[in-house]
Amino acid sequence: MNRKFVKPPSLRDAVTHYCSGCGHGILHRLVAETIDELELREKTIGVAPVGCAVIAYDYWDFDVCEAAHGRALAVATGIKRCRPESVVFTYQGDGDLVSIGMAETFHTANRGENLTCIFVNNACYGMTGGQMAPTTLIGQMTATTPQGRSPKAGEGWPIKFSEILASLEGVNFAARAAVSSPKEIIKARSYIKKAFSNQLENKGFSIVEVLSPCPTVWQKKPYEAMKWIDEEMVKTFPLGVIKDK
Amino acid sequence: MKTKKEKLLMSGNEAMAEAAIRAGCHFYAGYPITPQNEIPTHMAKRMKEESRVFIQAESELSAINMVFGAAATGSRALTSSSSPGISLKQEGISYIAGAQLPAVIINVMRGGPGLGNIGSSQSDYFQSTRGGGHGDYFTPVLAPWSAEEGASLVMLAFDLADYYRTPVLILADAIIGQMMEGVDFPSKSEFKKKLPPKKWALTGAKGRPANIAKSFFLKEGALEIHNEKLREKWGKIKQNEQRSSTYKAEDAKYLIIAYGSQARIACEAVDRLRGENLKAGLFRPISLWPYPAAGLQKIAKNIKKIFVVEQSLGQMLDDVKLALPGKEIKFLGRTGGGIPSSSEIVKFVKKAL
Ligand SMILES: Cc1ncc(C[n+]2csc(CCOP(=O)(O)OP(=O)(O)O)c2C)c(N)n1
Ligand code: SF4
Repeated sequence: MNRKFVKPPSLRDAVTHYCSGCGHGILHRLVAETIDELELREKTIGVAPVGCAVIAYDYWDFDVCEAAHGRALAVATGIKRCRPESVVFTYQGDGDLVSIGMAETFHTANRGENLTCIFVNNACYGMTGGQMAPTTLIGQMTATTPQGRSPKAGEGWPIKFSEILASLEGVNFAARAAVSSPKEIIKARSYIKKAFSNQLENKGFSIVEVLSPCPTVWQKKPYEAMKWIDEEMVKTFPLGVIKDK
Repeated sequence: MKTKKEKLLMSGNEAMAEAAIRAGCHFYAGYPITPQNEIPTHMAKRMKEESRVFIQAESELSAINMVFGAAATGSRALTSSSSPGISLKQEGISYIAGAQLPAVIINVMRGGPGLGNIGSSQSDYFQSTRGGGHGDYFTPVLAPWSAEEGASLVMLAFDLADYYRTPVLILADAIIGQMMEGVDFPSKSEFKKKLPPKKWALTGAKGRPANIAKSFFLKEGALEIHNEKLREKWGKIKQNEQRSSTYKAEDAKYLIIAYGSQARIACEAVDRLRGENLKAGLFRPISLWPYPAAGLQKIAKNIKKIFVVEQSLGQMLDDVKLALPGKEIKFLGRTGGGIPSSSEIVKFVKKAL
């Protein structure tokens, strides 16, 4: 057998701008692989966030639309309603999706828009230098929680947004995966495939949350970051399918 | 809705909404706010009838970003609001301008600052004509003075937006939005140039390289190059798209300058002044950006005194001063929903003679 590890056609040949050990690269590939497996490249329109993945279109080789910070799902709604025949997805960080864009996320899901949403949870704001995100764990140190996130200090609790969204009628599928090990990556890939297939079957809103390492902000070595996901993050954000209508 | 030529009685808001439909607007998103609620109400009914898209968005922010997405697919897209809601849309309008997407935004102005009131006002002039959001950009701004003109300017706005790939603003005041009058819809806009094909639209990368809709230019020097291209575009618009009209201005010695509803009132004042043998005339800017400075300068040569009337503390006044340096200019401004009567304007003009 002569099998070669090649890049999927939906991924461009480009030098990455992501930090070493960052999860965004793995996730970009999973999205591209899924799109190619389902033969959707020529009908896909992606929506890139504002966050570390702001230039996702430098890596993906299909049509992509920019969105202002947090507004990706509003932009995606505009695209999909005008072109129901296209396959439209957003790719958003936790600050983008859960903080500044919470209203757009919630209402897009509640309208049951026939969209696919990839939600990258790295428990921090990567792009702006590692501040607290709505998903930051209790006790986790960030640039704006130097003592560790503390509900007592008025910094709130980590928001389990996929669970909240799953409670909405408009949401067809919600699942949480991680890119912390080959086993979890394979699961993440299967959820992503499901979330795209649902759109092809007009099933409504599908979201896949992916716990993703940010070794730079977490100040960990790449393998320690992966371990931290498996040992710490999953306690607050349990993995698996949350809703499958 | 009848399409054959006959006058229909409707409000300015309804006329503008219906004109958008006749201009081929495929997507509308908006959030309720007085005094423009007749627009989403009309769109909710008519867009469905036409099998197009109407969305009541969760906020103005969401609405303008939906419009961004719709416009990126090459569809004609519209949102409408009133002053506080337009403030919320500014980030999105800046993105649309930066990404060079065509879209139309209707602002039916109300009193401000803050929540202000729901009375008629023209106090968003600065915001509208100076970009409005962050960054170096302008948007063409068209100001109707009647329901019928609201309709024709909305049709023009869609063509301008497509031709120049830019957001275009319709700046109406509450009086124009609310007033009911007879409307004769033009069959098409006055715009004569051929509209370019939308090769940039996001439709799926089939048989062509991928298209990217974006306003982000990270590489050193790239944004400056982009902004210089935009500068060239604004220059062309400034040159080609100045619009204005006049009333009894040919032999006038005293020129009133007003736009929107205030020009209607000023017209009456001109007639009353003429009745007293005072040679008054009106200059009415239709495009507020670009400001029709060339037209104004031409008329102003033989004018003894200039009178600016606005429902603001003096915003368009700045553009008049820029167009006519050294001229004596008197200003009458009412604010917070106050409306000058024609008698007030007549008195104001006569006092300065
Ligand atoms: C309106 C607005 N506010 C703030 C910012 C600055 N900003 C850019 S990215 C970002 C947070 C990104 O965090 P996240 O969405 O979690 O993505 P990550 O970078 O971690 O992948 C912020 C606050 C912005 N670009 N626009
Ligand atoms: S800061 Fe974090 S999320 Fe951003 S590229 Fe670096 S590792 Fe990735």
